[in-house]
Amino acid sequence: MSDTAVAAKPRPTQRKPQQRRTWLGLDRDGLMLAVPALIPVVLFSLYPLLRGIYLGFTDAQAGRAATTEFTGFENYSQLLGDSYFWESFRIGLIWAFGVTILQFFASLGLALLLNQKLRLRWLARTLALVPWAMPPVVIGIMWRLVYHPNAGILNSVLRDLGIIDSNVEWLSSLSLALPAVIVVGVWSGMPQTTVVLLAGLQSVSEELKEAAAVDGAGPLQRFRNVTWPALRPIVTAMTTLDFIWNFNSFSLVYVLTEGGPGGSTRLPMLFAYEEAFRYGNYGYAAALGNAMVLVIGVFVVFYLRRRYREEG
Amino acid sequence: MRGSSRVLATPSKYLALAVYLVFLAFPLLWLISTAFKSPQEMALIEPTIIPEHPTLDNFRLAFEQQPLARALLNTLIIAGVSALVTVLLSIPAAYVMARYRSVVSRMTALWVLLSQMFPFILVIIPLFLLLRDAGLYDTQIGLIIVYVVWSMPFALWMLRSYVVGIPVELEEAAAMDGAGKLRTLKDIVAPLLVPGVVAAALFAFVSAWNEFLFALVLLRTPELQTISLTLVKFIGAEGVARLGPLAAAALVATIPSLVFFAIIQRRLVGGMLGGAVKS
Repeated sequence: MSDTAVAAKPRPTQRKPQQRRTWLGLDRDGLMLAVPALIPVVLFSLYPLLRGIYLGFTDAQAGRAATTEFTGFENYSQLLGDSYFWESFRIGLIWAFGVTILQFFASLGLALLLNQKLRLRWLARTLALVPWAMPPVVIGIMWRLVYHPNAGILNSVLRDLGIIDSNVEWLSSLSLALPAVIVVGVWSGMPQTTVVLLAGLQSVSEELKEAAAVDGAGPLQRFRNVTWPALRPIVTAMTTLDFIWNFNSFSLVYVLTEGGPGGSTRLPMLFAYEEAFRYGNYGYAAALGNAMVLVIGVFVVFYLRRRYREEG
Repeated sequence: MRGSSRVLATPSKYLALAVYLVFLAFPLLWLISTAFKSPQEMALIEPTIIPEHPTLDNFRLAFEQQPLARALLNTLIIAGVSALVTVLLSIPAAYVMARYRSVVSRMTALWVLLSQMFPFILVIIPLFLLLRDAGLYDTQIGLIIVYVVWSMPFALWMLRSYVVGIPVELEEAAAMDGAGKLRTLKDIVAPLLVPGVVAAALFAFVSAWNEFLFALVLLRTPELQTISLTLVKFIGAEGVARLGPLAAAALVATIPSLVFFAIIQRRLVGGMLGGAVKS
């Protein structure tokens, strides 16, 4: 019994005395094993990230002749006066909140259903995972076909149901494009959320639920008093991460609308991409990235505080 | 009381399940349906869901109109090499993360989390400049390097949990017999890691296969492009006649990642929950 406990939880510090710490807690062998992975990570992700943050404080531009100079906060004062910037952040927040919240409720409902013994459960389970495996570009193309004004299935179904009289241009309407892409965002993000919630539900103690049922608690009360408290830490972590990913998202909306019509779906990443690779304003685009980090940072702090409070 | 509420509850549960099934499946069915329809059938005012005269023409046209075969081959090479290199570099590092309590292990764990949170624009501009200065812009090697580095955090995370599951006594026995760290890793740990390695490799393959933004920025030459880039080019002029080939191409592009994903699905879910649910 004690053997298996040790096996499951190795304690490296209690090991042989010959393992002297040399560099950052690694001996020579450890260093040799870690270095092949460390070098590319430092070179191609840590260094670019730091340089990217720095670029946000420069006037870096495309073109070999252009010299880069440190300009302090100039980019940011320019950002503050840029109505496109405010607009893209407004859209980004609507998108990120919209997708995260809708996705959460849709996934919670599905996870609750999948957690019960229903027929066709396997089918829903399989289908719910498919979007996870699909390239975002394919998801975008697929929904373009669904939303297609003339040949799309959505307009045809809505016409048959008598909800609309004439075909709706979902993705090229100023008012409908953003809601339409949010639906796609929900569809493509549901697998991960559902899987996490389902695992959370399965970790809720059956005895507690049964005890509550014996005490006369209805399904709703059982959910509120037994299931939800057990689920809440997972939910906070998951929705925070979902929000961050959604706020940073690019590919799906790029394929669906390219930020149009009239910039009505231009998420911050699409705006930054255009600035950098269409107009060559590297410094300005990086400054946009730094501003995005600021927004994300607020949510991380919010999450950490909340978690701290929940843990007492 | 409970009995009657259950009688009512079950049909409404099935109704809810049906709504979910429609929402999840309908776009997929429509994609498949469009891929097998003739242009004449696409032009009907009242679209059919199951094609009346299913045809493979769209697949033929897709391969004729766009360099689809070339793009599939490119993506296969890029994703395959990325997956291979990712696991080769990750195995030893994951071992160190699991077995040493060192600053490096903790920093790596932190990096796994942080790297998920930064907007890619901050990374992609410097990466573009870096690869350009190294003469690797618009090369498949450049893209492979980027894919390796960016799928490594998750691969490390997955493999680390597999190493933790291997009893440390096995290694101690080997060390007693005089085997060095590298020998132990090669002879004792690596064989036990095979399932984890397969899962990590397939994960790296699928993420490289599906990736779009890095490829969009780092590749330009049409002959080098990946499947996602080729598909996006397809979108451009969207006459109804071209929707069929577009759907067919999109379907073909999904098959590899769907198959691999089906294989690793369970492990991936487990790996994700390893981080999400503390038990």
